[in-house]
Amino acid sequence: MTDSKYFTTTKKGEIFELKAELNSDKKEKKKEAVKKVIASMTVGKDVSALFPDVVNCMQTDNLELKKLVYLYLMNYAKSQPDMAIMAVNTFVKDCEDPNPLIRALAVRTMGCIRVDKITEYLCEPLRKCLKDEDPYVRKTAAVCVAKLHDINAQLVEDQGFLDTLKDLISDSNPMVVANAVAALSEIAESHPSSNLLDLNPQSINKLLTALNECTEWGQIFILDCLANYTPKDDREAQSICERVTPRLSHANSAVVLSAVKVLMKFMEMLSKDLDYYGTLLKKLAPPLVTLLSAEPELQYVALRNINLIVQKRPEILKHEMKVFFVKYNDPIYVKLEKLDIMIRLASQANIAQVLAELKEYATEVDVDFVRKAVRAIGRCAIKVEQSAERCVSTLLDLIQTKVNYVVQEAIVVIKDIFRKYPNKYESVIATLCENLDSLDEPEARAAMIWIVGEYAERIDNADELLESFLEGFHDESTQVQLQLLTAIVKLFLKKPTETQELVQQVLSLATQDSDNPDLRDRGYIYWRLLSTDPVAAKEVVLAEKPLISEETDLIEPTLLDELICYIGTLASVYHKPPSAFVEGGRGVVHKSLPPRTASNESAESPEAAPTGAPPVEQPDVIPPQGDLLGDLLNLDLGPPVSGPPLAASSAQMGAVDLLGGGLDSLVRPGSPCIGGTNFTSPPAAAVPASLGAPIGSGLSDLFDLTSGVGNLSGSYVAPKAVWLPAMKAKGLEISGTFTRQVGSISMDLQLTNKALQVMTDFAIQFNRNSFGLAPAAPLQVHAPLSPNQSVEISLPLNTVGSVMKMEPLNNLQVAVKNNIDVFYFSTLYPLHILFVEDGKMDRQMFLATWKDIPNENEAQFQIRDCPLSAEAVSSKLQGSNVFTIAKRNVEGQDMLYQSLKLTNGIWVLAELRIQPGNPSLTPLQLSLKCRAPEVSQHVYQAYETILKN
Amino acid sequence: MIGGLFIYNHKGEVLISRVYRDDIGRNAVDAFRVNVIHARQQVRSPVTNIARTSFFHVKRSNIWLAAVTKQNVNAAMVFEFLYKMCDVMAAYFGKISEENIKNNFVLIYELLDEILDFGYPQNSETGALKTFITQQGIKSQHQTKEEQSQITSQVTGQIGWRREGIKYRRNELFLDVLESVNLLMSPQGQVLSAHVSGRVVMKSYLSGMPECKFGMNDKIVIEKQGKGAADETGKSGKQSIAIDDCTFHQCVRLSKFDSERSISFIPPDGEFELMRYRTTKDIILPFRVIPLVREVGRTKLEVKVVIKSNFKPSLLAQKIEVRIPTPLNTSGVQVICMKGKAKYKASENAIVWKIKRMAGMKESQISAEIELLPTNDKKKWARPPISMNFEVPFAPSGLKVRYLKVFEPKLNYSDHDVIKWVRYIGRSGIYETRC
Repeated sequence: MTDSKYFTTTKKGEIFELKAELNSDKKEKKKEAVKKVIASMTVGKDVSALFPDVVNCMQTDNLELKKLVYLYLMNYAKSQPDMAIMAVNTFVKDCEDPNPLIRALAVRTMGCIRVDKITEYLCEPLRKCLKDEDPYVRKTAAVCVAKLHDINAQLVEDQGFLDTLKDLISDSNPMVVANAVAALSEIAESHPSSNLLDLNPQSINKLLTALNECTEWGQIFILDCLANYTPKDDREAQSICERVTPRLSHANSAVVLSAVKVLMKFMEMLSKDLDYYGTLLKKLAPPLVTLLSAEPELQYVALRNINLIVQKRPEILKHEMKVFFVKYNDPIYVKLEKLDIMIRLASQANIAQVLAELKEYATEVDVDFVRKAVRAIGRCAIKVEQSAERCVSTLLDLIQTKVNYVVQEAIVVIKDIFRKYPNKYESVIATLCENLDSLDEPEARAAMIWIVGEYAERIDNADELLESFLEGFHDESTQVQLQLLTAIVKLFLKKPTETQELVQQVLSLATQDSDNPDLRDRGYIYWRLLSTDPVAAKEVVLAEKPLISEETDLIEPTLLDELICYIGTLASVYHKPPSAFVEGGRGVVHKSLPPRTASNESAESPEAAPTGAPPVEQPDVIPPQGDLLGDLLNLDLGPPVSGPPLAASSAQMGAVDLLGGGLDSLVRPGSPCIGGTNFTSPPAAAVPASLGAPIGSGLSDLFDLTSGVGNLSGSYVAPKAVWLPAMKAKGLEISGTFTRQVGSISMDLQLTNKALQVMTDFAIQFNRNSFGLAPAAPLQVHAPLSPNQSVEISLPLNTVGSVMKMEPLNNLQVAVKNNIDVFYFSTLYPLHILFVEDGKMDRQMFLATWKDIPNENEAQFQIRDCPLSAEAVSSKLQGSNVFTIAKRNVEGQDMLYQSLKLTNGIWVLAELRIQPGNPSLTPLQLSLKCRAPEVSQHVYQAYETILKN
Repeated sequence: MIGGLFIYNHKGEVLISRVYRDDIGRNAVDAFRVNVIHARQQVRSPVTNIARTSFFHVKRSNIWLAAVTKQNVNAAMVFEFLYKMCDVMAAYFGKISEENIKNNFVLIYELLDEILDFGYPQNSETGALKTFITQQGIKSQHQTKEEQSQITSQVTGQIGWRREGIKYRRNELFLDVLESVNLLMSPQGQVLSAHVSGRVVMKSYLSGMPECKFGMNDKIVIEKQGKGAADETGKSGKQSIAIDDCTFHQCVRLSKFDSERSISFIPPDGEFELMRYRTTKDIILPFRVIPLVREVGRTKLEVKVVIKSNFKPSLLAQKIEVRIPTPLNTSGVQVICMKGKAKYKASENAIVWKIKRMAGMKESQISAEIELLPTNDKKKWARPPISMNFEVPFAPSGLKVRYLKVFEPKLNYSDHDVIKWVRYIGRSGIYETRC
């Protein structure tokens, strides 16, 4: 019999014809018609119109026909809920059928019909089936509970199905146990807090017993569930491990990987001194290697997981390098993953073999693969010092092939080798220079320019080479432009006599003709540095660079630990936590490795987590594109941000090495600021007036322009403070401040990525607060935030959010979300950002109000060390919307009467007493009157901050 | 868990679509077609994430099988399931082709309903499935109650792969040791990597519920026994092999293997793969390939390849094929070979040299002159490795079956009454020599 003919009916009037056939008296014809309906459904045609006719065929003894009708029902019941009720009777009847296969079929199908009315009828049959005498029915009913929970969680709880399901964990049949475990695990995921699975040593024992007896799939469910358990001590961990290890010999790779997950997780609790620990390590390697002889798709999953395992516990596979050698016919996705692991496993012992392989790969066809292989050679050089020379010569051989992308990739990695081993391999520069013309990718061009600038004194025609790049300056990408600027400045500092013209040209190109703020900023820095103190400039620009680290692309330790808990799953394939790709609440519960119970924790950690060092100290060898020094000095030309450069920006130092590394010391907190005085004052946004003037004279004028630009209209802005340290937020550091300008409040944020992975999907939310502050716009971070990069954002706020009194009053709780997690922090905002522009009270009104507010609402404060005259105080406060209504001189003291209004309409009246003559000795006396006396304290603080800054 | 399963033909038309979860909509079917099947580039990953939906796919000839999910599923399990699905379909209707799928779509839906429930894989052993999912469709009233409960207890039972009450007049079993030997050799003859991946395939035609015990010359077992019987070690110690790792069919009691390293099981009826193993030490490499490539000017290549057989002269290797890649700009090839037939296949960019049979400890040679068209392509020819195919009647790993004992306490046949056949076949896996 051939069923393919059902796919071919495409003529018009089909539905009508089918309807007739479905209602035919002949059984065979009916069945044929249902098959046609299913075929149409498969290819995506809408056959829902036939619903009543198909349902009519349900009452039949023919199991095949029945199954087809059920299939149809599952698809369309939702669109025809009222009609679906028609089917209920048959279901209920089938659930009583003497044949267990039919009972199971009925309960299985019923669970798939997502119609509320049907679920009501489902409860009774389901309850019976959960206690059916036949295990086949019970195992089907167990899954059905999960289905019902997905439709109506409350119903499942009310009906007590969860308890019945829990009982099934002790069922005599292993498959029933496995399905019950699967169902409970899924339900538990949507109730993270409930202790639904209630794993304890007894239940774990039951699971381990069932593990030996159930199907391969059941073993996976059980192992995945076991992985969520945290043993109470290392002894329990060991005994579970002992019972799980036999699974490593299972033919099903998923069973093996799930067993590996349990072992990797529980191993965390075992002491390294235990003999068993060593045995376990040895037992893990062979099955992992065996996974590589599976089908390519599984190999891919295995390799992605091995990549994690190698990072977490390098000792497991350190002797297995050879199995990761790439085979000619491997699919490209397997090849690329193998290459990654090869680099991770490269060590002094095996480097010769690895290099020989990599060289072989560099001649292959696939461009991505070849590039990665070339890059890998460079990474080997950086990782294994002894091999550096061989790597360099291999790279030179590859450059000789003149294959365009090979040459470019080689140059990019050679730049890193120079960084790692300064003054060792510069002899190859001549060869590199020969290939200048063939470079068309920004990264390669930038690398080459860096090399020329760095070694300008050894390259005779360095000026010519750089000049040739300068011609098309504006067509280059930012990366290349920045690099060119730095390189020429370096060249100038090395050979000042011949290159004056060149440096002027590039400085003017960068500052005058470019609209890229990064480039302009960097141009100005150099320009000023050169003009004020060429010696200092030399010290800064040509300073010794910090060494680059050898490990790259490492997954951030906290994320790695989380991913280890997800071995075998999609998260481990994507190398992302589930929250990054799973919608809704499901699966976003964070998993973490169990804490080590043994005592030798300190001895353990450096080895167990080679990546444990704070990410700040591990700048990428190969900084991702776009990771340029952007806002390195936080020279924000918008709202005047005074105060010293942020401590936070030191985090970006990884990126600053492009500048020659010397600038590090400028910004690093704790070290004396070299050019500190210059940089702290906000630089002028003005265009330099005398660009043509010789460097050294005219340019110094620039610095004079800075005075007076600082005070724009707008209230005082505090320097940014770190609100959320990177440690607490998986590498995201947030610092920020509040500003008020021309009536609008905003939150100026600087987000810095100190993690090793790219951050995306930022969003922000505020908790309810005293003044209803809320973001007026979503948090806009346009590009993904690369590691070591930071971004400045001004988030406009309004005060129409929900109000809740906070303690302290100006407390603001903020949640920031990114692709990694959601983070919470709280900060205090200065009250003066809430002082509105129309806070000036009429004199009469002021007097009346002052009298009207009871005296107990008056609060007295002293402001010390404020050597300002009454006029200065008045104007300073005015800038922050505190308005002076009257000024009087009483007994030689200046009295200022002031008013201000908060965003929520609360008026605050103030009387400020200033002792003329010697204000530094006598403090200012401040009396505040307000109907809501609790704000007084904060208003006083605002006064103090405004007046003292 | 798995949210849906789709089968497409090479054009991307849907042949089967079964949705298990509410979060997967019809648009997922199209998303996969547009983004993967119709994608311009080569497939870069078997897992694709499109708009927060993950697609796992495998391809069998020109049929695409895709599993879809929106959750953090066990990825390894999904692929294992897809392979299993292919096995089950093949066991029911043979080759997986568009025609066969269309012809059996009702059956496939029935199978999918049974082996995946709410996206959770259920028992998928064909032996068990065939007892109640048949192409005829079971008429429920024709089954006796016992038959029904036998089916369900088999599907859910501890020994889900075998049913009770099997009877054979002649109890017989066949053991095939199938090995594929993999080699990567440098042009200088240095072994870069070599391993054997082997399978022990068993065909059992045994009555009742026989308890079997399988023994081979596993070094660990031999050494353990050697401690007890010292006189035997000298003899058998040499012949034992070190197995790097092995995996077993689900019928094997893994905990017993882990503690005693003994392989005991109740076999499924008919053919199944008992174990897989991998060895890397002391592999007998049946052939050695010695390449010599010389570039004569820019338009000519001279290639000489010698193959040497390296096993007992009394044994014969079969189906020998040597594949020598040629550059893309080859214009003509002249070949001379001492033995077998050699042909230049322009469509495959290779010289294919075939020899029907070759005894051990022999050698043979081929030489070829390759004319090249001049090109201005800067990129050098990548020189893919020379690959080889063959079949030899021994196990390159050195594995020997020592015994396979059968016990059936309930029926009256003993181990001696069972007729046993053992066969060794060594085949080339990826057997490459760089040139």
